Amino acid sequence: MNLLTVSPSPHIRGNETTSGIMRDVLIALIPAAVASVIIFGFRTLAVIAVCVCSCAIFEWAFEKLTKRDTTIGDLSAAVTGVLLAYNLPVTIPLWQCVVGSFVAIVVIKQLFGGIGKNFANPAITARIFMFLAFTGTMSRYIIPRSPDAVTGATPLMIMQSGVGELPSALDLFLGNHGGVLGETCALALILGFAYLLIRRVIGWETPVIYVAVVFALTAAFGGNPVNAILSGGLLLGAIFMATDYVTAPMTFWGRFVFGAGCGVLTVIIRQFGSYPEGVSFSILIMNILTPYLNRLTAAKPFGGVK
Amino acid sequence: MLKTLGGVRTPHKKGTANSREEPMAISRFVTIPMSMHRGKPAKCIVKTGDVLKVGQKIGEADGSDSAHIHSSVSGTVKDIITTDPVTGKAQISVVIETDGLQTFDETLAPPTVETLDDLLVAIRNSGVVGLGGAVAPTAPKLTLRDPSKIDYLIVNGAECEPYMTCDTRTMIDDRELLWSGIRLIHRFLGIKNIVIAIERNKPEPIRIFKELTAKEPIARVQVLPTKYPQGGKINLIYNITGRIVPEGKRPGDVGCVVINCSTLACVARYVETGVPLVAKRVTVDGSAVKKPRNVLVPLGTPISDVFEYCGGLRDNVAKVITGGPMMGITIPDLHMPVVKSTNTLLAFSDKEAFAPKPSTCIMCGKCIANCPMKLMPVEIQDAFLREKTDRLRALKPGMCVECGCCSFTCPASRPLTQYVKLAKARLRE
Repeated sequence: MNLLTVSPSPHIRGNETTSGIMRDVLIALIPAAVASVIIFGFRTLAVIAVCVCSCAIFEWAFEKLTKRDTTIGDLSAAVTGVLLAYNLPVTIPLWQCVVGSFVAIVVIKQLFGGIGKNFANPAITARIFMFLAFTGTMSRYIIPRSPDAVTGATPLMIMQSGVGELPSALDLFLGNHGGVLGETCALALILGFAYLLIRRVIGWETPVIYVAVVFALTAAFGGNPVNAILSGGLLLGAIFMATDYVTAPMTFWGRFVFGAGCGVLTVIIRQFGSYPEGVSFSILIMNILTPYLNRLTAAKPFGGVK
Repeated sequence: MLKTLGGVRTPHKKGTANSREEPMAISRFVTIPMSMHRGKPAKCIVKTGDVLKVGQKIGEADGSDSAHIHSSVSGTVKDIITTDPVTGKAQISVVIETDGLQTFDETLAPPTVETLDDLLVAIRNSGVVGLGGAVAPTAPKLTLRDPSKIDYLIVNGAECEPYMTCDTRTMIDDRELLWSGIRLIHRFLGIKNIVIAIERNKPEPIRIFKELTAKEPIARVQVLPTKYPQGGKINLIYNITGRIVPEGKRPGDVGCVVINCSTLACVARYVETGVPLVAKRVTVDGSAVKKPRNVLVPLGTPISDVFEYCGGLRDNVAKVITGGPMMGITIPDLHMPVVKSTNTLLAFSDKEAFAPKPSTCIMCGKCIANCPMKLMPVEIQDAFLREKTDRLRALKPGMCVECGCCSFTCPASRPLTQYVKLAKARLRE
């Protein structure tokens, strides 16, 4: 007879795997890709493809060079690639996508130890880097279906400058306005959110609290709260980036506070900052606070005595 | 319904639930260890050459936290071994060559039970220990220091481990015995609330005991959600009474006693017939078993014979487990005997035994969200690996019930339960 395996319990495992979770996130991102193709045209697919491929290649190459186990099979690099693409305007030069992917995967993720070890969200941080490095191309937004791909302002820019006409609430909801690839169509993002909730990949706490705080604070500052949550990268950030396992807290209350903190910072930056958009900065700042939130909201053992 | 504690949804795999137990053929040799319970081993009172009958006492309880051991077969003592041949640990076991006749010891007779003391003496003489897996001697458990402070007795029929159906069969096939056990408790212990706790995925036992309690309202049935580890006593007590067993305390401190349904049925069998605990109902299942079923196994029977009786093992067997798949222990060698704690024997094929290689933690927090004790397994793992003893102490790994939910749920397949056990051991040092 064969030698019997001896191992610690439990001897059965749940179905969840890291790659399964990442696959679910990718599936949840599909509606936004479809919307983006409809709104901005087929160049969307080129931007996504370049980001995903270069993220995967950088991950593979870095791990080969440093003799670590290859982890592209867990699909986390693909998720980073798609999220990075969703943060870029459709007109972005493709070589800049490659640079952004390098920053996300090599600088932010791998230099800190790879999956599970990075303190900041790779896609968010790469977006901030690109925004500073390629300010010109990163803020060239085209107006959807304009005859000659006319560039124009995003709703947030219009709100900040007061120049131009805001799209209707319906256009904001459907994404028929200027912006980066993945952020414009609220409907597609909410579909993705529903999928992630049903599959129990994420909890409701971070996105709902984040959006609720932005809604309430914007109203308190006298802004239009509906426009505030439908414009800019708020939904994309709240649903897909503030819920990143690695860089957000592990406890329910930690995630709750994380979402609230993101909301407060976003509104402050939008109201008082010189940038029209505050989502990426607020998530990055909260990423830094994550270890403290984990400590502050640690679970109390059931029946434990001090 | 109260808010129930955490835990996980495991597959049920109760494929043997409809398999009524069959008494298996008697093995040529049985090996009965003197330590099949928690507490001190029993003192061996037989010697090589002694002729034994079924039910004859061969081990005398050594103090109150010990239990008697009885012969499960009729035959001759062949050898007294002092070292466990598989684990190499010092343990006295009696090897009996059976005669196949299963002659009962004629001195066995139902005890006279007229007072609580009679009942406790009877339980002690029956050799019954907690059959849910903890194998603590039952007599001390029911010797209540202050009976007026105990207002709940929970008969545990939750049976939350996947595969396991021996308790289900007890509740179906031994319903009369279990019911007379409940009557004994009601009559002599005077506990106000007797609750029979059964998970929702066992409709037949629920129906049976709802009928019995309707006819004779000395107990009530509590149907519980099917969620592992529902049968853990801390979960059970909270989900039924809302009481929290504080760290380092026992169920008795919050007025509760939890007793496994098969344990209680064994007590009743002794009171009614005088036959002590000499055989166990065992669920034999797993993808490498040819004919999964429930079997009545005499104590001391080699595990290999039990599998043989169930059609034998398939060639692809890779792992053999005593106990359920969540908390059971893998065994390296099939010569080990069935003991009082054996309630399930699982043989997994290589496919079923496959364990994915652990990958890096992605800090999803699922181990925290699913821990029934509200511990933080990932943080315990981290503090253990970084050797931060103060931090480790604050995380209270000692409260872990080792249910396995954290490892089960981990998408990175990290052996979290194992790390918590190691952390516990380090803090004890």
